[in-house]
Amino acid sequence: MSISRRDLIKSLSLSAAAGSMLRVVPLTAAETARRMVRVHKAVSSSGEYVPKFFPEHQYKTLRALCQAIIPSDQESGGAIEAGAPEFLDLLSSENKDLQLQLGGGVMWLDATCTERNGQTYLQCAPGQRTEMLDLIAFRKNADKDPRLRPGIEFFSTLRKYTADGFFTSEIGIQYLGYIGNTYLKEFPGCPAIPEA
Amino acid sequence: MLEVIRSPKIYDVCIIGSGAAGGAAAKVLTEGGVSVVMLEAGPPLDPAKDFKEHLWPYDLAHRGGGVGGKLRGEEADEFMAPNGAWEIDGEPYVLAPGSTFRWFRSRVVGGRTNHWGRVALRFSPMDFKARSRDGMGDDWPMTYEELAPYYDKVESYIGVFGTKENIPSSPDGIFQPPPKPRCTETLLKRACDKVNVLCVPARMAIITQPLNGRPACHYCGQCARGCKSASNFSSSQVLIPPALATGRLTLVTNAMAREIVVGKDGKAEAVSYIDRTTKGEKQVRARSFVVAASTCESARLLLNSRSTLFPQGLANSSGLVGRNLMDSVGSWGSGYFPQLEKMPPHNHDGSGGNYLPHVYMPWWKFDRKNEFLRGYHIEPGGGRFMPVVEQFDDVCDHVEGYGASLKQSCRRSYGATIGMEALGEMIPNENTYCEIDPSVVDEWGIPVLRFHWRAGENEMKMAKDMQQTFRAIVEAAGGTYSTDVTTDGPAPYGLYDGGTAIHESGTVRMGDNPKNSVLNKYCQAHDVKNLFVTDAGAFVTSPDKNPTLSILALSWRASENLLEQAQRGNL
Repeated sequence: MSISRRDLIKSLSLSAAAGSMLRVVPLTAAETARRMVRVHKAVSSSGEYVPKFFPEHQYKTLRALCQAIIPSDQESGGAIEAGAPEFLDLLSSENKDLQLQLGGGVMWLDATCTERNGQTYLQCAPGQRTEMLDLIAFRKNADKDPRLRPGIEFFSTLRKYTADGFFTSEIGIQYLGYIGNTYLKEFPGCPAIPEA
Repeated sequence: MLEVIRSPKIYDVCIIGSGAAGGAAAKVLTEGGVSVVMLEAGPPLDPAKDFKEHLWPYDLAHRGGGVGGKLRGEEADEFMAPNGAWEIDGEPYVLAPGSTFRWFRSRVVGGRTNHWGRVALRFSPMDFKARSRDGMGDDWPMTYEELAPYYDKVESYIGVFGTKENIPSSPDGIFQPPPKPRCTETLLKRACDKVNVLCVPARMAIITQPLNGRPACHYCGQCARGCKSASNFSSSQVLIPPALATGRLTLVTNAMAREIVVGKDGKAEAVSYIDRTTKGEKQVRARSFVVAASTCESARLLLNSRSTLFPQGLANSSGLVGRNLMDSVGSWGSGYFPQLEKMPPHNHDGSGGNYLPHVYMPWWKFDRKNEFLRGYHIEPGGGRFMPVVEQFDDVCDHVEGYGASLKQSCRRSYGATIGMEALGEMIPNENTYCEIDPSVVDEWGIPVLRFHWRAGENEMKMAKDMQQTFRAIVEAAGGTYSTDVTTDGPAPYGLYDGGTAIHESGTVRMGDNPKNSVLNKYCQAHDVKNLFVTDAGAFVTSPDKNPTLSILALSWRASENLLEQAQRGNL
């Protein structure tokens, strides 16, 4: 039986237990409300994503970088399927510090790739892209080449926000194996800790 | 022409604040037959709309980190019950030069009880007589035995889980059964046994059995988000409803108290307040007043209520309103436990949530001489709770790189870190207090507080001991201690800044002598017989137990005394 939004709102507000003014929301109503929030969002976000902050080329670059940081594998999709690039673009559109760190960082990356390989990051061959990321993915590389430092800072920030975007997504949470957020009559305790 | 709207009705009692103290007073007073008007600075609360349990991070566009990711890593993320923040637009506070202090306020019915940690610990007999034991601070003008019946009443009404353990410094209460420990807690318990630190089931204001029409907890671990089933304690869900049900409570929301007005007879007679929705000034009259706005706000209200009779602030002939400000001494440490990497998938949520544990370490060194006075308890956290933003920052920084190895490293580390927070007793000092700032007013035109904060020697030595204990427990459990602390500087041994524990107390202290106290042992102002302050401002000391249970008990007791005095015609 499907519950309409109107019925749901009514049941959520008339939740007073008999004889008291307690606002106890029936658990099934709460769970259904949550699912309706999600369904509503999915429908309105159909169609291709139009970036709020990154220009088209930089957004494509961001997507590729996110996917390089958290790729798909046999077990799960990667950052793109998790919606990480949209998430980073949303935050950047609202946060001037991120605009500099991520927006400026992507520009730095293209400039550095152009200097070294004559083309932007996306235009580079896979081997050249890997070479570039291997340089900026490790802090110690700035010891040998201090000019890498801005890229290293950029990548460090990008890596953390991409992890945010992946591991708070539905596929990321499943990948981690989190199985909570439910309704239990009793807390069963945890399985025994395996020997180290 | 702007008119001050004065209500014609004279209520029996006006309560300022709807949190723990205000809620307890409202229930006891209305059930005792008197008419009560309650002023709450924030808006009404609607649990169905305002509480966000069972939402996944991906149900929110910002995944919990807020607009621009600005709440990333903050205590108050998008999921937290409203409306808590360290900084409130339009309601600033000032820090004296050289002082660090953070002030958390929640402007909504129920206040900070909507999202508090639910840790429900009684003060012990020795806590009330600390000065008699070691010469520092002051004794309370009352004993544990006088408060014990009120701890009984509170625990029976709100429901607290725990076990009887017969530990002298941590008295047993009236308990419902606790939930089983989590794997992280079992690991710590074994380690604590090895290093002779007490570790027992936690005592939490969460019901595991139905009580007074509230269903038992369903173990989603999201207490900080509120609780739509009212299975944990909040004033909004457990104390205000019975008060409203009597028909004798008038709850006025969006009402920012500005000043308590005193009559020529030296008795309080009205509260002037700002209607936050219109910025208009209103006034409500009552025969008695219960100030329960939280420690610092209550002090602020009294200090701002100046008159020819009370030039230093209402009821402040002692000069002590705002003085003796305390917060829990705090420090935190964590360790990494490789054996937790191999845990099979399991539901770790339980009741409470992260840092709202099923076990805790009550103060155990009470029977010996230590390098510092007083004590602390420890609350552990960690394990496979619902992933949040910032969760894998440490792994990213440590492992670096990108790709499959990074992805797998994050998963491998998930749930393998355990943290511990210690909260201890601060001794009040003359350099730690709040006062009214001479020039700054908030958006309502009310002069704001200026905070002075200085940690003393005892606090630093205690923090050092906390760090040593953390390391000992982590290593005894087979983990690697991963917290670096300095031994000096602004946060020696990880010592929390003032206000960080959100356990402020002491600014309107009680005592027998009106020269060095503001209130008597029933929270009644020495100077103004129909004025009571029943929040943690009344505390004489800040024991190593979270304050809320004691606030509830003291406010309940003060309210019963108010009723008795009213019946005898003393007010």
